[in-house]
Amino acid sequence: MTQDDLTIADPKMTAKGVDVFYGQKQAINDVSIDVGTDLVTAFIGPSGCGKSTFLRSLNRMNDTVASARVTGTILLDGEDIYAPSMDVVQLRARVGMVFQKPNPFPKSIYDNVGYGPRIHGLAPSKADLDVIVERALVRAGLWDEVKDRLGESGTALSGGQQQRLCIARAIAVDPEVILMDEPCSALDPIATAKIEELIHELRGKYAIVIVTHNMQQAARVSQRTAFFHLGTLVEYGRTTDIFTNPKQERTKDYITGRYG
Amino acid sequence: MTGGSGQDNGDTVTFNAAALLLLIAGLALIGWLAGRARSLMLAGRAHAKLHSRPQYHGWYVALWLFAPAAIFLAVWSAVSPGLITNSVLASEAAQGLPAFGFERGAILSDARNVAQGAQAAVRIPAAAPLVQPYADATHFYAWIGIAAMLALALAGGLYAFTRIRPDFRARTRVEKIVMAVLLLASLVAILTTFGIVLSLLFESIRFFRLVSPAELLFGTTWAPTSGAPQPDTFGGIPLFWGTVLIGAIIAMIVAIPIGMMTAVYLTQYAAPRVRRWVKPLLEILAGVPTVVYGYFAALTVAPALREFAVMLGIPNASTESALAAGIVMGVMIIPFVSSMADDSINAVPQAMRDGSLALGATPNETIRQVLIPAALPGVMGGILLAVSRAIGETMIVVMAAGLSANLTANPFASVTTVTAQIVKLLTGDQEFDSAKTLAAFALGLVLFIVTLLLNIVALRIVKKYREAYE
Repeated sequence: MTQDDLTIADPKMTAKGVDVFYGQKQAINDVSIDVGTDLVTAFIGPSGCGKSTFLRSLNRMNDTVASARVTGTILLDGEDIYAPSMDVVQLRARVGMVFQKPNPFPKSIYDNVGYGPRIHGLAPSKADLDVIVERALVRAGLWDEVKDRLGESGTALSGGQQQRLCIARAIAVDPEVILMDEPCSALDPIATAKIEELIHELRGKYAIVIVTHNMQQAARVSQRTAFFHLGTLVEYGRTTDIFTNPKQERTKDYITGRYG
Repeated sequence: MTGGSGQDNGDTVTFNAAALLLLIAGLALIGWLAGRARSLMLAGRAHAKLHSRPQYHGWYVALWLFAPAAIFLAVWSAVSPGLITNSVLASEAAQGLPAFGFERGAILSDARNVAQGAQAAVRIPAAAPLVQPYADATHFYAWIGIAAMLALALAGGLYAFTRIRPDFRARTRVEKIVMAVLLLASLVAILTTFGIVLSLLFESIRFFRLVSPAELLFGTTWAPTSGAPQPDTFGGIPLFWGTVLIGAIIAMIVAIPIGMMTAVYLTQYAAPRVRRWVKPLLEILAGVPTVVYGYFAALTVAPALREFAVMLGIPNASTESALAAGIVMGVMIIPFVSSMADDSINAVPQAMRDGSLALGATPNETIRQVLIPAALPGVMGGILLAVSRAIGETMIVVMAAGLSANLTANPFASVTTVTAQIVKLLTGDQEFDSAKTLAAFALGLVLFIVTLLLNIVALRIVKKYREAYE
């Protein structure tokens, strides 16, 4: 499969006719989309368009909201993630998430990264955990900055470092998909550039879905872009096509700055 | 403002402070209306824009009318009885009075009661000639007081009334006065606390002249009521130990786990509907008078524990035991701990919880490994506050722990606490200058200092932790 082939032969995740409700209010209306294994998929759209809501339904984080209800089908490697047989704990270990605001635990850098492997029993010994923590921090591009102070609190790092620590934390449990919910919106431009660089490097190792407000960012980091508006998926296609030759009028209006 | 009508001395005017206060309040209301009307009128005539809304002018006049008169009223109420008595003593009829003593006081108060209409006739014949001078003096000083008060009220009111102009900044003035009143109100509590501390301190210093501080703090025998042959001993260690055993050890062993589990359940697992019911119920539990807990401890828990101890073959099992008092005190403290822990857990950002859940942690793992460690400083602060409450608690220990100062680690034995001993030292017929009574103040001072330190440490911890997430 090449990255420019629009039809994804072997999608990592597939959503079919997904609706999401918060109580009586419908936040997502009939969204169907494929997420490819080797691709970065960007969700763009104005505030309140439902892109984050849809992202959170991909690893069932909406379960923590009592009034939220998801209908339709979401498959991970062909398995329905909302099926009763699906263990949500296993699902979230396979589909990791990075949040809008960096949210390291008030623990040491080492324990932040080691948290996931420990609870999933991935590291039988301290030596194994050392290896996992180092590998995750190296992949997240944070190792050189923190290798001499792994015992310091994760909350003492700068905002950009905290976000890369959160990415390392997600990587440490060796997920298949990483969901990023506006990961740079709380960061300065330099820290943002580092995260974008990191996304490039992680591409191919994980299926990445990123929600962003920033259209330039979507254009820079993604190969596929989905444009959401008012809870519906308006247009989905190759990023280059969406930004240079949108098929829908609404997409064109949004990317040319008419609203948003 | 008049009293005593219907008595044989019906023309006597007495200085009735409550009625006078009502009178000047009424005048202040008139002043308010007048001030408001005048500001409106002036504004209308001059076609000017008022700086302050009309009611502020009203308040300005009313306050000037009321405040000086009310202050005078308070001072005069305190001073005038002395003036009346002095003038009666100066009269001819008083020359035959016995010299200082109980009898002299009784005669004077008898005469005063008749003169001011509190009783119909004298009970002591010697008081009869004093009734008329008393009535005259009362009458005289009441009129002076009333006249001066009304003059002050009118002067204040007129002064304020004449200052009203459209551009007069009445609002600023009124707000300053209101601020001063609020400041005074907040000072009342602080100054009272200072007063309490000072009185504790002075009485304690008197005690420490008789008994050395080292004996109180480090002595191991507490026997303030021993017989004459051997001197009283004031070794505080058994009391401090009893206080710590009951308040800081047994009560906390009960309260901390149950309170924490309650908080975890309420914040993480309970449906909103359950939470809406259980939380206020717990808070009501915190409002149960401690004497009720004391009954429960003394009549239900203590006998049951004694039977249990006897069954186990534990020696010295008493119906008054540290365990009974400690357990019931722990139950009493549960709402306190759970509500502090609840607040701390709720203060941990949702993002922290989401971050853990998104890594595939179960809710249980999230609570144990992320929420509770993150909330721990706040919870610790809450626990320290709870300890400081528990060691100051009195009723439960008086009723259930007993009064014998044993230095023992056996929780089934009777022990006593600082607060229980204070009660014991101060009840019954006591001379207020014996070492035994003064010891109560010294113990109170120790207790005060310990709880103050605990509270300071606890509040600092809580504050530091709150800042971390803002």
